[in-house]
Amino acid sequence: MDDTVAVRVSTRDDGVLRLRLSGRWRLGARSPDVAYVFKQARPGARPRLVLDADPDLSWDSSLLVFLRAVFGEAGRREMPVDSRGLPEGARRLLKLLDTTAERGEHHGRDERRSVFWRIGERAVVAARSAADVLAFIGDACLGIARLFTGRARVRRSDVLLVAQEVGARALPIVSLVAWLVGVILAYVGAMQLRAFGAQVYVADLVSVAMTREMGAMMTAVVMAGRTGAAFAAELGTMQVNEEIDALTTFGIPPMEFLVVPRMLALAVMMPLLCIYADLLGILGGAVVGVGLLHVSALEYYEHSLHAIQLNDVVAGLIKGAVFGVLVAIAGCLRGMQAGRTSAAVGRAATAAVVTAIVLIIVSDAVMTVVFDVLGV
Amino acid sequence: MPRIDVRDLTMMYGDRVIQHDLTFAVEPGEIFVIMGPSGTGKSTLLRHMIGLVPPARGEVAYDGASFWTADAEGRQRLLRRIGVLYQQGALWSSRTLAENIALPLEEFTDLPPALVREVVSLKLALVGLGGFDDFYPSEISGGMRKRAGLARAMALDPDILFFDEPSSGLDPISSRRLDDLILELRESLGATVVIVTHELASIFAIGTNAVFLDDERKTIIAAGPPTKLLQECRDEKVRRFLTRGERG
Repeated sequence: MDDTVAVRVSTRDDGVLRLRLSGRWRLGARSPDVAYVFKQARPGARPRLVLDADPDLSWDSSLLVFLRAVFGEAGRREMPVDSRGLPEGARRLLKLLDTTAERGEHHGRDERRSVFWRIGERAVVAARSAADVLAFIGDACLGIARLFTGRARVRRSDVLLVAQEVGARALPIVSLVAWLVGVILAYVGAMQLRAFGAQVYVADLVSVAMTREMGAMMTAVVMAGRTGAAFAAELGTMQVNEEIDALTTFGIPPMEFLVVPRMLALAVMMPLLCIYADLLGILGGAVVGVGLLHVSALEYYEHSLHAIQLNDVVAGLIKGAVFGVLVAIAGCLRGMQAGRTSAAVGRAATAAVVTAIVLIIVSDAVMTVVFDVLGV
Repeated sequence: MPRIDVRDLTMMYGDRVIQHDLTFAVEPGEIFVIMGPSGTGKSTLLRHMIGLVPPARGEVAYDGASFWTADAEGRQRLLRRIGVLYQQGALWSSRTLAENIALPLEEFTDLPPALVREVVSLKLALVGLGGFDDFYPSEISGGMRKRAGLARAMALDPDILFFDEPSSGLDPISSRRLDDLILELRESLGATVVIVTHELASIFAIGTNAVFLDDERKTIIAAGPPTKLLQECRDEKVRRFLTRGERG
């Protein structure tokens, strides 16, 4: 059957406008123009709108959309409406529209604001965000302080579980990345050193670079993508499900119960992962040195041992621990800040990774300068 | 012909039988209640009826057309006739209420954007949420989320509406209001309604026909209009359920 609709308009001298509806009203079918319909109205002593329907009228929401517009226009023209001729179902639904209990205030999302207004708003948001970050770090420090005084609500089992998750379970990806970084460093070094016949110094280059810088840095980047995002998603989902509210109402500070164990676990596991990454990286370099540059294994080993100073190892471990804390802070902060929607969880995970990587690079630059000044 | 025909339906999770040999028919225009104690598989039955879970055995047919033996296109056609209000509303949290309702209209109709906006506004107004178009689900109350879920379920003017525990988590007044709304929409639109609930007030207020699922025998142990079951059913368990545990 065709989805055709019809409105027969008739008018009387006393101002009565009669609309007779017929046809098959379906969403998508072309609806009559309400303004055109009302243009037919003649001024009269008793203006009134009478609505009527054919007995075989078939309808869905499209009729209601049309009638709603008709009622709106009649209201604006202060025309009383007689809708007794409409199908009973339609009349009941129109009555439901009249009796809606609540009305929301439209959000001003589409309103055009001036540039200054928007700059001001961004500045206020940025200031609040910075204050939130500082407050979070302050709370985290207090949590750690309470941990050392034995008053924090930190459960050992939670710390061990997180440590297992961020440590042992991260070994495969850390192994792969560290080994490949060692291989890349050796290749890059070899290209230059070969020109001077000094291939054997590839061992020195790889060993120092891995222990002092790249082991910690690459492990931290892997942790930011793997663990920081996971923390943010987990805490964000807890925020959505009101699980964090439940902790708070039980009087359990989420900072101590959720954040401190994660910071602690990462701060302890990161240096261990760094040592592991250093070894794997040196091994990767050795494969290139021995396999391609024809440096003997013993020579490579001795050069590596000779090149690495205790200072390099200590600097790498300190960086690893600091990066671990920063990854945990970024992940937990973004997770705790997440809104209460599924999209907010996704945004929190992305923000956690970006924040963690920025913090890692910035703090690495600062520590490198500080270690240089201190002679570490 | 019944609007929905459930024949010898058996539901299983792995090797565990949830309910077996369920047979009942839902007639056009009925408000059909699936009731029973918690954990008997009422919501699971609903999930089988709306095509989310395939049955271990048996059949669900709409107007004689079998759902599970239909091809993908046939199933899509049948699903287009169905609207579902989920227990928690299941609104897409990253979209506004208007976007939630507009999505099926945009996906399955060729309506111009202006008309989609008008239909969305109409549906929201029908459930008493006029003006809440730009609100996100997290910005409104649980009762309002249920009503917004109902508006979304009605987006495509389905002729069958499924409700999974519509009253759960609502205060008695909101619950009653939702019942009235369901009744009004059924009366006005002539839709067939299937409700999973154990809220006695709702069962007696709006139910025209019902089945009672038993957790021990794992099948239907009573069927008929709820008020008739209350007066005539001799099964002790059903009577205790319908009288809030008082022995009849």
